[in-house]
Amino acid sequence: MRTRYSYGGDEHVFVEIGDEMSLEAFFKSLSMSKVVRDANIDGVTEICPANASFQVRFDPDVIAPDAIMARVKELETQAEHADKRLDTRIIEIPVYYQDPWTHETLMRFRERHQDPSGSDLDYAARINGYDSVDGFIEAHHSTPWFVSMVGFVAGLPFLYQLVEREKQLQVPKYLSPRTDTPKLTVGYGGCFSCIYSVRGAGGYQMFGITPMPIYDPEQKISYLTDFMVFFRPGDIVKWKPVDRQEYDRIVAAVEAGTYSPRIAKVAFDLEEFNADMTGTNARLMEALNDA
Amino acid sequence: MTLKIINHGLSTSIQDLGRPGYFHLGIPISGAMDRFSLRAANLLVGNPEGAACLEVVFLGPKIEFTRDAIVAVTGADLPVKVDGEPRDGWASFQVKAGQVLSFDFLKSGARAYIAVSGGIDTKPALGSRSTYPIGALGGVNGRNVETGDELPVGTASNGKAGQQVAPALRRLPDNPARLRVLPGLYWHRLTEAAGHAFFDDEWKVAPEADRMGYRFRGGRALEFVDREPPFGAGADPSNIVDGCYSYGSIQVPGGSEPIVLHRDAVSGGGYFTLGAIISADMDFIGQLQPHMPVKFVKVDMAGALAARGERRTALQRLREALA
Repeated sequence: MRTRYSYGGDEHVFVEIGDEMSLEAFFKSLSMSKVVRDANIDGVTEICPANASFQVRFDPDVIAPDAIMARVKELETQAEHADKRLDTRIIEIPVYYQDPWTHETLMRFRERHQDPSGSDLDYAARINGYDSVDGFIEAHHSTPWFVSMVGFVAGLPFLYQLVEREKQLQVPKYLSPRTDTPKLTVGYGGCFSCIYSVRGAGGYQMFGITPMPIYDPEQKISYLTDFMVFFRPGDIVKWKPVDRQEYDRIVAAVEAGTYSPRIAKVAFDLEEFNADMTGTNARLMEALNDA
Repeated sequence: MTLKIINHGLSTSIQDLGRPGYFHLGIPISGAMDRFSLRAANLLVGNPEGAACLEVVFLGPKIEFTRDAIVAVTGADLPVKVDGEPRDGWASFQVKAGQVLSFDFLKSGARAYIAVSGGIDTKPALGSRSTYPIGALGGVNGRNVETGDELPVGTASNGKAGQQVAPALRRLPDNPARLRVLPGLYWHRLTEAAGHAFFDDEWKVAPEADRMGYRFRGGRALEFVDREPPFGAGADPSNIVDGCYSYGSIQVPGGSEPIVLHRDAVSGGGYFTLGAIISADMDFIGQLQPHMPVKFVKVDMAGALAARGERRTALQRLREALA
């Protein structure tokens, strides 16, 4: 992992913590973007953390590009000494895998897919060495995930699974992006899962759909009245498989304003996790189940 | 008072100077593609520079006024008419209650800005009236302007007819357009030859050019430095582990067609970027029509800052001329 600094035009400093994805890179990028934010540097207008990199937007009329670059580099050392511990929350997200809506959509765009003969899940299960789609789905929801980035479009979370690298699921994106993806599709591309916050174009494989809205520009949904975007980087997610009946029940509850997501406050310590993944995940699940 | 939209044209949206500060959540800045022209239109009618205007793409709308107002149209050369009588662009004029503003066919440029004294007064979202349709923010209930809409207009202060912006004070792209680029970001992914080819070749604006991004084609395909794909990046040599995108950054999926991200940019993704268009030249992109020839011109940071200074001076001269 070697940190690489560059400019994105005359208004952005770009910092790549590592060119490959890892929890270490994610933690350092989150921690460093936090240190830069806390430094309250005059002329910095926005900080965007990503999976293994982050970006600082600045106004060059207020702070010279080489001055902001030097400041951000200085702060790297501080971030390296920061605790690799995060006070965050774990959220249960219901997923209706193999739902009819993403299935209809994936059939419409079959000619853009690596394997037009089956579904996205058939393909993902096969190339990851699973005998059955059910086994693959279980691997997808059996351990928690980190929200490692929020973006692409409004409020869309990228998620990275809390398992050893050799157990990470990897699936390429569509050969050519679709022009349509149902709202709230649970997708997969590279080593990341995502939830499409809004309907639109997309290149990730489609596994299912969640009944729980995560973006509401009108801020009418009961748990989105404070802010229209649900996720923030550092959130932990546990997928919970649901059937059609449960899906419909949650959709109705959201509409009635009676749905509240299951959420628990947790602390996540990277070193503790690396020393004992099963134990750490079990402790996270315990906190969630108590909520 | 309201503006009655008799016909919305091709794609007309409400824009101001945008909503900075939410890109880290995937909500882009939005706002006028050509901010200089929007500022000029507002100054002409006596509005604050960042008041909400109509951004018109290629084909003008038809609008009936319910009250007298001062109006100005800037940006693209889209001939203006009031009740069928021509009016000058880049100048303020009066429209009386009951009169209809309409347009002839576009002569040059791509986007015109219609400012009305008082400014469009729709409900702001996250501090801006700019339209971001993907996220259903701003505009008319989160969408572009449509035939049949009645747009509220704020109370006018001190607009007067007969103001104008002399041609020398306008800021529009040359033909072929020169777009200055600061190499950076993932520039190192390109071979040296590809780096030269990118700047040597002439590109053309592709039909897929909108507020999210402008696509270009016609130059040679770019070649990448060989590598072992990093974990999580994807197998294609143009892939990276999904990261943030800068406004103006240039991605080249598969190495074939550069895409410049603009005001409604996606905030991140899995394609390498070779650098970014400098801030001073972003407005020019908003005035490019499909098929227009474009040269990308390499600059260093000093060049980017000098260009930024020139744009600031141009804006200052505009303000003084209309003060």
